[in-house]
Amino acid sequence: MNFPLSHETHHVQTLATGHVVPEPERCIQCGICSFNCPIGIDVRLHAWLGKPVADSYCLTCGECVERCPRGVLHFEKTGLFLEGKE
Amino acid sequence: MTRYVLVGSGIAGFSAAETLRTLDPQADILMVSDDPYGFYSRPGLAYYLTGEIPEKQLQLFSKKGKLNLEVKQIIARVTNLDPIAHSLKTDRSGTLTYDRLLLATGASAVNLNIPGENLRGTVKLDNLEDIRLILSLVRHTRSAVVVGGGVVAVELVEGLVALGVKVHYFLRGEWFWPNVLGEAEARMIERHLAHDEVILHHHTEIAEILGKRDKVIGVRTTKGDVLRCDMVAVGIGVKPNKEVAQAAGLKTERGILANEFLQTSDPDIFAAGDVAQIFDPRSGHSSIDNLWYPGRKQGRIAAMNMAGQKQVYKRTVAVNVLLLAGIMTTIIGAIGSGRDDGPAYTTRGSSETWQQLPNTIATETGTDVSHLRLMVGEQILLGALVMGDQTISRPLRDMINAQVDITPIKPQLLQSDAQLGQSVMDYWIKTKS
Ligand SMILES: Cc1cc2nc3c(=O)[nH]c(=O)nc-3n(C[C@H](O)[C@H](O)[C@H](O)COP(=O)(O)OP(=O)(O)OC[C@H]3O[C@@H](n4cnc5c(N)ncnc54)[C@H](O)[C@@H]3O)c2cc1C
Ligand code: SF4
Ligand code: SF4
Repeated sequence: MNFPLSHETHHVQTLATGHVVPEPERCIQCGICSFNCPIGIDVRLHAWLGKPVADSYCLTCGECVERCPRGVLHFEKTGLFLEGKE
Repeated sequence: MTRYVLVGSGIAGFSAAETLRTLDPQADILMVSDDPYGFYSRPGLAYYLTGEIPEKQLQLFSKKGKLNLEVKQIIARVTNLDPIAHSLKTDRSGTLTYDRLLLATGASAVNLNIPGENLRGTVKLDNLEDIRLILSLVRHTRSAVVVGGGVVAVELVEGLVALGVKVHYFLRGEWFWPNVLGEAEARMIERHLAHDEVILHHHTEIAEILGKRDKVIGVRTTKGDVLRCDMVAVGIGVKPNKEVAQAAGLKTERGILANEFLQTSDPDIFAAGDVAQIFDPRSGHSSIDNLWYPGRKQGRIAAMNMAGQKQVYKRTVAVNVLLLAGIMTTIIGAIGSGRDDGPAYTTRGSSETWQQLPNTIATETGTDVSHLRLMVGEQILLGALVMGDQTISRPLRDMINAQVDITPIKPQLLQSDAQLGQSVMDYWIKTKS
């Protein structure tokens, strides 16, 4: 059986380096992400505006990604990162 | 200067205000709403109930400087609308006039309509005031009966469990939320609820709420059984708040009818959100979404058209991502079995389009912790329901939205031992590259 796809795929994605990127269509603005961010970044506002968390203070700890009840947030490799590689 | 009046401070009204302000920094915008708490996350209420977030977290952009829209606000109930005079009457602030009006009055929870419903201890989960009431009563609540299928009912169940209340969950039919979920899917949720020590009562309905000194002390079921409890929580569905529009002579059916520009039968009056029954030229149907994000999008499009643009509201497939008894569930497009055993109310967090199913074959696969159902049409996927592992949900949403031709993998999907998740994933990667 190939479904469910292994949980590992998801986990690796979560721990990859990059920015937290929102998918605004899924967001219900509950504020759980902002409430749990250890350094007080308003992740919810980013989800409202559809903007990645480009805050240099972001610890990429994954707390917001893990806690979001609607799977809005994920890590994506940043443009900077890719540019650096080129 | 054009005077814009927005009725309702929910997501549709707020989003319209935001758009109007962006389009015209000088615009005269007035928001009238009878909710004293203004704009907050309604779906987020469930997390306030379980204690995951404090109340103030529900309020968006309350901090100074953040998206300050400079919109005038009146807390009052609109009681009368006169489209010819372009005026509104409210219960508190007299008559107001408008050039362009948005009706974003949302929907309200329906009552059970049984004896005892006014007793203290009968609650619902519709707005912030309801949660405040539940939290004030819960200290004296040892056990509760919850009724209703769907998102709100299960959120009431989970919220009360988190607050330490013993919960009896009454289900009218054979399984949980039968007009959206199939049996295998519903049983997954029911197993989780039973694990949380929720007592499920199938084929059970309340005939009467019993009270003593104005307080709930129990319920009597339609079969005549009596069960003691201190609270009855009702989440059976919602109905659109269309009365003012209806009395004013605007065209209404289940909701306020709006065309693809979100204009009602009066060209200066627009409708958006849970109250709006919107025409979709693609399907030829008019339907209502009880969903947060479509409400936001509709508010935005309505505002653009109120400001003189000509933007079509393009309905994308309705998607909802839910945590049902701790199981992440994504519903995309048309998935409904249309099977329900009672009066047809829409429930919060759902879309009428989920039930609009032409010729389809349902194909599914699952384990104890994950489940995938695909609704396979002639050439395209019409809908999907993904429970548990969500890896496949984004590819599915994209494929359903883009109406990707699935003819090459259709035979594969319909095999009895189909590996659905993998087939779809492989095909998606192939079609994308
Ligand atoms: C507990 C709960 C869970 C939910 N879960 C989900 C979910 O998981 N996913 C999802 O997508 N959606 C969910 N929803 C639904 C979502 O919240 C609604 O679709 C959305 O809030 C609708 O927004 P709206 O602006 O149309 O209406 P509302 O938010 O209902 O706002 C209507 C406003 O109009 C005001 N009003 C009404 N009549 C009058 C009048 N005559 N005069 C003045 N003011 C008036 C009301 O006070 C209110 O401010 C949930 C809702 C609830 C309550
Ligand atoms: S936790 Fe998720 S759903 Fe809630 S506000 Fe943050 S991004 Fe949106
Ligand atoms: S990853 Fe951590 S630090 Fe960065 S926004 Fe999310 S919770 Fe805050």
